[in-house]
Amino acid sequence: MNAAEHRPIRVVVAKPGLDGHDRGAKIVARALRDAGMEVIYTGLHQTPEQIVETVLQEDADAVGLSILSGAHMTLVPRILALLRTEGLGQVVVTVGGTIPADDIAELKGLGVSEVFTPGASTEAVVDFIRSAVTR
Amino acid sequence: MSEATAVDGAGLARQLLAGDRRALARSITLVENDDPHGWEIVRQIYPHTGAAAIIGFTGPPGAGKSTLLGELTRLERSAGRSVGVLTVDPTSPFSSGALLGDRIRLSDHFLDQGVFIRSMANRGALGGLSEAALQATLLMDAAGRDLVLLETVGVGQAEVDVINHADSVVLVLTPGSGDSIQALKAGVMEIPDVIVVNKADHPLADSMVRDIRSTLALGPPRDWAIPVLRTIATTGEGVGELLASLTEHRAHIQANGTLTRRRGSHLRAEVLSLVSRRLRRDLETALVREPGFVALLEQVVSRQLDPASAAAAILAEVQPRNEHASSD
Repeated sequence: MNAAEHRPIRVVVAKPGLDGHDRGAKIVARALRDAGMEVIYTGLHQTPEQIVETVLQEDADAVGLSILSGAHMTLVPRILALLRTEGLGQVVVTVGGTIPADDIAELKGLGVSEVFTPGASTEAVVDFIRSAVTR
Repeated sequence: MSEATAVDGAGLARQLLAGDRRALARSITLVENDDPHGWEIVRQIYPHTGAAAIIGFTGPPGAGKSTLLGELTRLERSAGRSVGVLTVDPTSPFSSGALLGDRIRLSDHFLDQGVFIRSMANRGALGGLSEAALQATLLMDAAGRDLVLLETVGVGQAEVDVINHADSVVLVLTPGSGDSIQALKAGVMEIPDVIVVNKADHPLADSMVRDIRSTLALGPPRDWAIPVLRTIATTGEGVGELLASLTEHRAHIQANGTLTRRRGSHLRAEVLSLVSRRLRRDLETALVREPGFVALLEQVVSRQLDPASAAAAILAEVQPRNEHASSD
């Protein structure tokens, strides 16, 4: 296999904030792995700073944030701002979790590429990341 | 692509040498992807390499390599040394995807600018590392890391590539993972400079340490007696002793010339491996486009021609003057 022709998409899957519900994040991580991506899984309770530093060091194309605590309107804008500060504004940001419709519109306005709510299929997540990441 | 990553290899090399973390991250991606810019970067930074100490960690999955590495990083940082960590996890042979989870054990260090952690997928390499591991080590070295810690995938018995990359090799084992016969076998048991029995609060830890020591005693005497240490990585117990052993080992190999010899053989192995990888890729790319190859394959599939004879026929085409072509 020629490595130059085979550039896997690198995705950070992260759980910012204090909720400990990581089943969704693990399912998405597994689905992205099975779709041929390199998934960097950071574990629970990550601060926005930790997540952005991970995206930087891992040179990730995308970051998937899983939030079930209700704190998304605090955490996500902070992560988006830090990404821009670090010159990582091109990284595709998706959010998954229990996000009310009004907040979805606002998050997208702030720079989130897509929001996946309960019931979204893993295929939808995979397809979205594939199409959003342009190398 | 962002501002910093849009620049050419030379620009990235300059930024990397100045210690820019984003340039380092992007450069590792480029060498991993076998991108020509990546090779240009390595060419430029190569004269600035050689100062970092490279320590390899290997051992079975779940032995505690990442946790141990995290604790060692803590000690190195408190001694004021900057650390680069390269951790390798396996790529799926089915989807070619990978789940890289070693960072979880290192999250205490995410915000320390003196620690740079990079997860790599092995991308099909079988020796416990990835093809780009040595190049990535050079990049971290050139970016000014005093120490590069290299963690292999969880290995079985025979994945020993780490000896071609590291100045010192630590083998991490856990109690209850086999008797003295396992410790006698060839392969990973032959490669370490330091052996760590992690999870040493396990009831079988003492007998494990005894087994390993008695096995080592059966071998010929060496000028470096391999220490067998007990650690509990989750509490940090014994990690100070590990650091002391590694420091002692480094002084030893520096004094007796082993370090220079080892590095020479690492680089020799890397050059040979690059040549064979590139030849292999070029050959495979050329072959699949060759109608004669397809015809030969069909003969093999229909059992008219055996695989070795087909290979000999191809080699006769590719290397008509090479007398050794069929001996491999």
